Amino acid sequence: MKTVFKKSVPGREGVWPEKPKSKIEDFIPADMLRESSGMPSLSELDVVRHFTKLSMKNFGVDSNFYPLGSCTMKYNPKFTEQVAALPGFARLHPVISQLKGAGRHCQGALEVVFETERMLSELCGMADFTMHPMAGAHGELTGVMLIAAYHRDKGNKKTKIICPDSAHGTNPASAAIAGYDVVSVESHDGIITPEALAEVLDDEVAAVMMTCPNTLGLFETHLPEIVKMIHEKDALLYYDGANMNAIMGKMRVGDAGFDVVHLNLHKTLATPHGGGGPGSGPVGVCEKLTPFLPISRVKKLEDGQYYLDYDAPKSIGYVAPFYGNFGVYLKAYAYMLRLGREGLTRATENAVLSANYMRKRLEDDYEIPYNRICMHEFVASAVKQAKNGVRALDVAKALLDKGHHAPTIYFPQIVKECMMFEPTETESKETLDQFLDDMIEIARLSDSDPDFIKNAPTTLSVSRLDETKAARDMVITDDIE
Amino acid sequence: MPYVPHSPEETREMLEVIGVNSVDDLFAEIPIELRPKSFNLPKGMSEMAVLEKMEKIAARNTTNLTSFLGAGFYDHFIPTAVDALISRSEFYTAYTPYQPEASQGTLQAIFEYQTAMARLLDLPYANASVYDGGTALYEATLMAVRKTKRRKIIVSEALNPIYRVMLDSYTTNLNLELITVPHNHGRTNIKSLTAIIDKDTAAVIVQNPNFFGSVNDFTDLFTTVHEHKAIAIMSTYPVLQSVLKTPGQMGADIAVAEGQSIGQPLSFGGPYLGVMTCSKALVRQMPGRMAGRTEDGEGKTGYVLTLQAREQHIRRQKATSNICSNQALCALRTLIHLCLLGEEGMRRTAGLSIERAHYAADRLTSIDGVELFTKGPFGNEFAVTLPVNAFEVIDKLTERGIIPGFPLGRYYEGLENGLLIACTEKTTEEQIGIFAEILRGTL
Amino acid sequence: MIPQELLYAKSHEWLKVEGENGTIGITHFAQEQLGDLTFIELPSVGDVLEAGDEFGSIESVKAASEVYMPVACEVTEVNESLEDAPEKANDDPYGEGWLIKVKITGPTDDLLDAAAYQAVTEEDAH
Repeated sequence: MKTVFKKSVPGREGVWPEKPKSKIEDFIPADMLRESSGMPSLSELDVVRHFTKLSMKNFGVDSNFYPLGSCTMKYNPKFTEQVAALPGFARLHPVISQLKGAGRHCQGALEVVFETERMLSELCGMADFTMHPMAGAHGELTGVMLIAAYHRDKGNKKTKIICPDSAHGTNPASAAIAGYDVVSVESHDGIITPEALAEVLDDEVAAVMMTCPNTLGLFETHLPEIVKMIHEKDALLYYDGANMNAIMGKMRVGDAGFDVVHLNLHKTLATPHGGGGPGSGPVGVCEKLTPFLPISRVKKLEDGQYYLDYDAPKSIGYVAPFYGNFGVYLKAYAYMLRLGREGLTRATENAVLSANYMRKRLEDDYEIPYNRICMHEFVASAVKQAKNGVRALDVAKALLDKGHHAPTIYFPQIVKECMMFEPTETESKETLDQFLDDMIEIARLSDSDPDFIKNAPTTLSVSRLDETKAARDMVITDDIE
Repeated sequence: MPYVPHSPEETREMLEVIGVNSVDDLFAEIPIELRPKSFNLPKGMSEMAVLEKMEKIAARNTTNLTSFLGAGFYDHFIPTAVDALISRSEFYTAYTPYQPEASQGTLQAIFEYQTAMARLLDLPYANASVYDGGTALYEATLMAVRKTKRRKIIVSEALNPIYRVMLDSYTTNLNLELITVPHNHGRTNIKSLTAIIDKDTAAVIVQNPNFFGSVNDFTDLFTTVHEHKAIAIMSTYPVLQSVLKTPGQMGADIAVAEGQSIGQPLSFGGPYLGVMTCSKALVRQMPGRMAGRTEDGEGKTGYVLTLQAREQHIRRQKATSNICSNQALCALRTLIHLCLLGEEGMRRTAGLSIERAHYAADRLTSIDGVELFTKGPFGNEFAVTLPVNAFEVIDKLTERGIIPGFPLGRYYEGLENGLLIACTEKTTEEQIGIFAEILRGTL
Repeated sequence: MIPQELLYAKSHEWLKVEGENGTIGITHFAQEQLGDLTFIELPSVGDVLEAGDEFGSIESVKAASEVYMPVACEVTEVNESLEDAPEKANDDPYGEGWLIKVKITGPTDDLLDAAAYQAVTEEDAH
């Protein structure tokens, strides 16, 4: 399909405003102006048809089962879109709350920030939350900055952060970009052991970043002892909330001893992923870290009025221009109100139920490296199929032909031919069964007709694409040859 | 329970396959001492009840005031078709396009967005966007630090102070030297900036139009930057970039922008998007995603995420950035908005915004004691000095239904009487007239 | 597949010694592990490096790896043709796909001979 720029017809009228009365040169000297910016000229229908056709080349949760491990592709209820589009929210200028006397014009928005922070604090057992981080990885960076501020304030000289070998790649990247050296700890039988941790845990460690359940979908059963070891070194324990869908109502990270947590609202709290963003990555902290939270904080007066507090001398400062992705966490707030405590607990229970059901039904046909009760996701491996030359990538592509999105593949890197499945709680048993039947058929075809699998997909708008060519040519705009 | 489909019978069947007796058994590994000490969230509500509650909360925000607020975030008209197209759930319920064959819609859209941004800012390479304009600026700074292996960053004080405070926070642990060069009555102080560039300078950061609305030509400054083998970083306002001399023409190495003004509702601060573009020499330092064009086995054109070896899921702690998402849906909004308005529509939008601002400047400065703060050309935003404290004026006028602008004293000491006023194509001459008359009556 | 006349580092670089001059590249095993190469970043002529220093990086679609100096040296020439054709390091890692030429300034005693390197690759393949 041609790009939208190649469809441009000079002179064709789009959604134009009225013509200005004067020329720009009347206000700004001509030598400070440009010629054409190269935007296309198209009718409204041209644009509508182009993007509608493009949308039809995508899989989404509404059209396809999307068991992408670690991504929690649950159904996104439609009413939350309507909430975010309410003019009282969508049209609100962010600096309005910073003007004298104008706080009265944004009480609703401040209430949303305040109440969302209260609900997330209760959900996670933390003392407080900030809504400012604009994505999960941004939450991690904010969390690490909070950790650094804490140690700096105490006069601690700490230079290292420990991440498990199974950690999301963002954990070490966030630690490094915040100025820390990253030390890896090896997992044993899928989890972190106190012995392995002891080998790398010294006085220079500022924090340990973990997720629980971990990226293999396994609960870290040594957690109580690990928490103790870390706190004895005056290091902090960080919780990567990517896997929060496994524990709502079953464990609160604050109660368990974690000091900092980020959540991915687009995962656990059902805000749409949008093809890769926008996300929202609020960060929760224990009591001793609250003085360091980003500026500004929403506070509530005794008369019920909300206001912004900028008086935080120990704060790490600004991580976002304003109060984070308000239009995103607004949806998460509405979702939490809708589900309430029972609904959120039930979401977790069913996510874990569905994951275990899938694991069990796949165990005869695929290698399951840690075949025991898992949480909301599990890892399988295509090593059996690989003997016939069918790799995890091939299984993934064959699933696309069946109308399912693929699992996460080749992550975590510690499992060979890794495939990570996360069904979420919103998918029905028929959907899971259809998917599992298709997985089993793919396993059988890998024996009888491996080439068929290796040629997949054949039913989509393109077949397998040459990624090496893309990386070597670097054609990333229409204007690069 | 809403959104959970399993019936009791299905649950029983599934438990049987798993080989446990109850759902609770699935959580047996969580030790008792780790169970919640409390879980006092409210009870769930019906969809109708939640909508009612949220409508009530939304009604406690006032959005019917006539607003002259800008400060880097502008209320431009968004064509209706933007929302209609963005509501296609194939776009908004998809994940990152890791399976390209099932994500050609998202990938081609990102490719087209990159093309649009590269053309608008006039540099050859663009990424798929980052969180916001401030993040784009910070990431641009780190690109310069990596490329030059130097640590001194020279920042114009006329750069949006909201970004300057973000830069301060982010660089706290990174041992960088940030030098801020004061503005000169709202003009970017090109002479002082030029004077302090030296062999240790990694980057010079300026903004056009600057925070005070003043339009600049940085060509000579950037020549000096390059003589010292440093990196020229320019923050821009993308709506005006459809008419203003480009970062590319001035010789910028990296140009960034807050993309909000093209297609995003103000939405109390987000979600927005950070636009990043750069020269060829810097493309491998650029963080974030990029979509690239390639072919399938039959020679059919398709798109994939490319240059991923720079990213955290491969490089881990050696990645160029920890960012692992883009503002895909916001970028799509920006792209669709640009396509609907097209070349002519964007030029008209810029032209109208600039025209209205100049009308407002004329009307307001005809009031005794109100003076233009910044000399020289400006775009759709300008600063005035009032004979009294601007915070007080804002307070009084807001009561009368007008938010007159942004108080410069909030970020600039000594400018407590300064007011920053923005217009867009939505601002009418009538509104400007009323504003001027009320202000005259107040002073 | 492992040329007898070269010296090797455990991190999969080879060194060809010709008097005080040397040529450095990555081994066949290394390129095979990385897959189709898409980009090779090299140092500048004149750079002075110690043994074990990182002197560049190599990227494929799915992986990235740093390359390390097998010996203390000064860089005298870089293989500029790799900029447009990184696949040369896949197709001919010991020939046209060489990375840099250097003036050797330090000892080569710690490097492996072909047999010892063979053992390393067998270990790493597991």
